[in-house]
Amino acid sequence: MPRSPMIELRGVTKAWSGLYAVGPLNLSVAEGEFVALLGGSGCGKTTTLKMINGLVAPDAGEVWVDGERVGPASGWRLRRRIGYVFQDIGLFPHMTVAENLACGPRLAGWSRARIAARVDELLDLVALPRATAERLPDTLSGGQRQRVGVARALGAAPRVMLMDEPFGALDPITRDTLGRAWREWHDRLGLTTVMVTHDVMEALLLADRIVVMEAGQIIADDVPGALLSDHADPRVRDLMETPRRQALRVAALAEGSIGEDSRHG
Amino acid sequence: MDERVAAAWALLPNYLSWHVFLSLCALGLGFSVSLPLAVAASRSAIVRWPSLFGASLIQTIPSLALLALFYPLLLAFSSLSLAWFGHGFPALGFAPSLLALTLYSMLPLLRNGVTGLMGVDPAAVEAAKGLGMTDAQRLWRVELPLAAPVIMAGARTAAVATIGAATLATPVGQTSLGNYIFSGLQTENWVSVLFGCAASALLALTVDQLLGLIGSGVASRRRWRIWAGALGLIVGSTVALSPLIAAPREGGYVIGAKNFSEQYILAELMASRLKARGATVAIKSDLGSATVYRALAAGEIDAYVDYSGTLWENVLHRTDNPGRDSVLSGLATDLKKRDGVIVLGPLGFENAYVLAMRAERAKALGVVSLADLAGHADQLTLGTDLEFLSRPEWAAVRDAYGLRFGKQTAYQPTFMYRALGDGQADVISAFSSDGRIAADHLVVLSDPKAALPPYDAVILISPRRAHDARLIAALKPLIGAVSVNAMRDANYSVDRDQEKRSPAQAARGLVRGE
Repeated sequence: MPRSPMIELRGVTKAWSGLYAVGPLNLSVAEGEFVALLGGSGCGKTTTLKMINGLVAPDAGEVWVDGERVGPASGWRLRRRIGYVFQDIGLFPHMTVAENLACGPRLAGWSRARIAARVDELLDLVALPRATAERLPDTLSGGQRQRVGVARALGAAPRVMLMDEPFGALDPITRDTLGRAWREWHDRLGLTTVMVTHDVMEALLLADRIVVMEAGQIIADDVPGALLSDHADPRVRDLMETPRRQALRVAALAEGSIGEDSRHG
Repeated sequence: MDERVAAAWALLPNYLSWHVFLSLCALGLGFSVSLPLAVAASRSAIVRWPSLFGASLIQTIPSLALLALFYPLLLAFSSLSLAWFGHGFPALGFAPSLLALTLYSMLPLLRNGVTGLMGVDPAAVEAAKGLGMTDAQRLWRVELPLAAPVIMAGARTAAVATIGAATLATPVGQTSLGNYIFSGLQTENWVSVLFGCAASALLALTVDQLLGLIGSGVASRRRWRIWAGALGLIVGSTVALSPLIAAPREGGYVIGAKNFSEQYILAELMASRLKARGATVAIKSDLGSATVYRALAAGEIDAYVDYSGTLWENVLHRTDNPGRDSVLSGLATDLKKRDGVIVLGPLGFENAYVLAMRAERAKALGVVSLADLAGHADQLTLGTDLEFLSRPEWAAVRDAYGLRFGKQTAYQPTFMYRALGDGQADVISAFSSDGRIAADHLVVLSDPKAALPPYDAVILISPRRAHDARLIAALKPLIGAVSVNAMRDANYSVDRDQEKRSPAQAARGLVRGE
């Protein structure tokens, strides 16, 4: 008998004052999967993500997480078991790094000693020196802040992680470093991750599976390799064109054999 | 040390303790109403606009008027409560002051509260939601701490405004640092006025600095600043309030006084006679002319001196003038019947409203009586105290003689005499017992048509004390014992510029043989 999925959306719709509409969507994510929600701005990917942890209530349909129906009443209780990271991070500026990291465990009612140990553990996990604990968020670099943001979301050891363009505001090198680090933590901690991104390369390199959205609808849902190799939908082919071309060109550069013929396009 | 400074110092513990107590209660109440309202307003536009509009509207009412308006309002509530539940509450003094100042403190608290809460970084709010905080947890752990610096700035503004406005509690019968200012203004004791201003300003500045210390501690997360500021406020308040805490609860008599020197002196006279019989006495001075009678009828003060003509016209609304004996006996019967107020009897002198001019000016114009004045009035300026022009006496004398002045200006009484002295006014509404009539060489214009009613000074006793043997025994000997000359001398000794006496000192020489 197959296990029930960790996250499941059944016929979910959401309309914003008649202008933008999402759905009806059907999506299921298995435990341990790393899914990227890919699309341009306004395609509904952020709304979809927020409906998973109840920050946005769907107009119709059902959302299930870990065998529990997401409803307005269960909102905050459920969110304590789901990690959430977004581009603006939202570290609390009046709290030290340690206090920020302790938020989730405190809400979960952990003991003082257990929280203190957890803070050290989280700093080690995201590769920040322990001395960072007493600093205020204002004194950190962008990359350090986002590491704290990720660590805070992991605070109460959630099994599901929702990420909304988590590394979007970082420089390309930090972004790549953190992206790869996250993939490693995802695997090590056995998490289920849904990551919203508009960066095709990021989605291809990190995710097990990519869900492509446009105008509130899912237009493709497959493993990265399948999307790259001549997809039936022309919109998906267009989307994959740029990274594929770049990848070929980089590969050619690496081999030192650039011919005129490979420079088309 | 100057005698007047020493006298002011001696009053400081009492005035300051009430001032601090009143401001503290008003700010505490204002804060506990405004903060929840600010939270509700920051979450909902339906709450936001009406509450901010209401608070702004209150701020546009002059603070003195706001204080004054609460008296009749509370009086009405008090009589309702008396009718429904069997007991009323004092409508004068602390209650109206507290309510008015509380309302007055709300705008800065509310506006800064809303601004601070709505200015919290939306990312922090989203993160708090994402972490699974409930609405209350988000408010206490994230939104309020982040809005705290702005809220604290509002608290500083509110504190400074409230402490300043609390000086205006004096005219509604609440002791405050305003007592220095209002009584000093009446008796031209500028040392007292300055002392009151300085004390109030110093208090406001100190509280502002301490709140500033707490605010900077909150903003910069330096706990010692928060503790130092809070400790300063607590220790300061405790020291300032200690005279109130130490004092035995007031079970004694309360003597009322209106806002001029003669009233202060007579209140001191009555108080000293009660004290001589071992009673505890408090004086509530600077009460408005209409307020003081209602306060007596309601039992908030036990005794005060009023004038027969004033009571006849303003309280009984009579416009006839049947002669002084009939007025006195009419008052005794009607006030008792209507309000239960006892007219103990006349003190023996009159303080009538009269019109007066400088002697040489009157001579030059050939004016002796009000009838003579009518022909010249359109060329002259009338200076009056603040209430004369709205009193029935003025209507009566104006209509009886057909007086139409070229210009009419109302002054605070002290400045009215100044205006007459330097020619800004030609005729003033004076009081016949005023020592300045003789000292400034003024002539009182005669009233051949008897348009102005008699103004015998009479002692009134509240219904509550109608059978209080000690009070009656103490005050009865004053009936018929104060001559008009003695009263003029006493008034002048307080009002003059040189060798001024305090009202208490002036009271000592007022009654022969005491």
